[in-house]
Amino acid sequence: MFCEKAMELVRELHRAPEGQLPAFNEDGIRQVLEEMKALYEQNQSDVNDAKSGGRGDLIPTIKFRHCSLLRNRRCTVAYLYDRLLRIRALRWEYGSVLPSALRFHMSAEEMEWFNQYKKSLATYMRSLGGAEGLDITQDMKPPKSLYIEHFLPRWKCEQLIRQGVLEHVLS
Amino acid sequence: MTEELDLAGPDSDAGSEEVVLTPAELIERLEQAWMNEKFAPELLESKPEIVECVMEQLDHMEENLKRAKKEDLKVSIHRMEMERIRYVLSSYLRCRLMKIEKFFPHVLEKEKTRPEGEPSSLSSEEFAFAKEYMAHTETYLKNVALKHMPPNLQKVDLLRAVPKPDLDSYVFLRVKERQENILVEPEADEQKDYVIDLEEGSQHLIRYRTIAPLVASGAVQLI
Repeated sequence: MFCEKAMELVRELHRAPEGQLPAFNEDGIRQVLEEMKALYEQNQSDVNDAKSGGRGDLIPTIKFRHCSLLRNRRCTVAYLYDRLLRIRALRWEYGSVLPSALRFHMSAEEMEWFNQYKKSLATYMRSLGGAEGLDITQDMKPPKSLYIEHFLPRWKCEQLIRQGVLEHVLS
Repeated sequence: MTEELDLAGPDSDAGSEEVVLTPAELIERLEQAWMNEKFAPELLESKPEIVECVMEQLDHMEENLKRAKKEDLKVSIHRMEMERIRYVLSSYLRCRLMKIEKFFPHVLEKEKTRPEGEPSSLSSEEFAFAKEYMAHTETYLKNVALKHMPPNLQKVDLLRAVPKPDLDSYVFLRVKERQENILVEPEADEQKDYVIDLEEGSQHLIRYRTIAPLVASGAVQLI
């Protein structure tokens, strides 16, 4: 049936848990594009027959092929876009340099997109003011310790304990 | 630190407003903007003045720390405060960037069609970032797939393909300024619309769309 390959691409990503990037299915994409070409050419010829040859009975088939073409496009774009979102997440997870295992799963164009994304992000962060801007890919978690454990002579802390700035932690 | 900061408000119809804030008030404003941004389904108005002033504040604190004596304790406390502020600022900006990327065609369209005088949801740097993101993504899709497709299928309308933010999602809020006669529109056909008053200090769970303007004006705080 039409769009089988396109559906397979979508299923492939659906199966991959968040954060994972399966290898780029170049072959799959190529097959979908080939199917689209074939469907389009069949439609071109049928449209001619329908118009000039009075073959009105061909119209349902033409419509059906058109729907398949739209579905193929939708699945392809969804596949490619979802992968971009996963790749984008990698920048935030791993930083500027990706582990080689992941790089092998990316197409050359995806790598290009990743490099462009990195650059845009870096430009944005630098623009945030100050000497070097602000690296917002750091500080992903709130500072953990509300209490800093210090061993200090009591006479130094007494004032601050009374002010409520410090708490005497017995551990 | 008792100095005050000049916080020049955005150019509005009433002319530019200058508000002088203490550092503590500035951080409070930052935290409010942060929480609103976290809980709002759409990208909120950009606050470049707050970002700029907080960055200045952080630089200032860094300077003070460098000059301070190695009094272990004071330095640690100040450093912790800096980390806390930096975390909130980073989180705020990250949240915004994520929404910009998620809704990029809509964010850019909104900016393109923004009436004059209405404040922008994008700072100029965010705008540049959004445009680049859109351009790179469009080019990528075109080169890898679309240009190899039949001629009548090569254009994809990203405004239709990429989902919009769900403004009907529910949010929690606390009322800061009393509001009267807020019209709540029905969700289903069987319901009717009704009017409510929002008492100061009260908390509500309500559809974002109903109170969106109140978030923008500061009358309510998302929690």
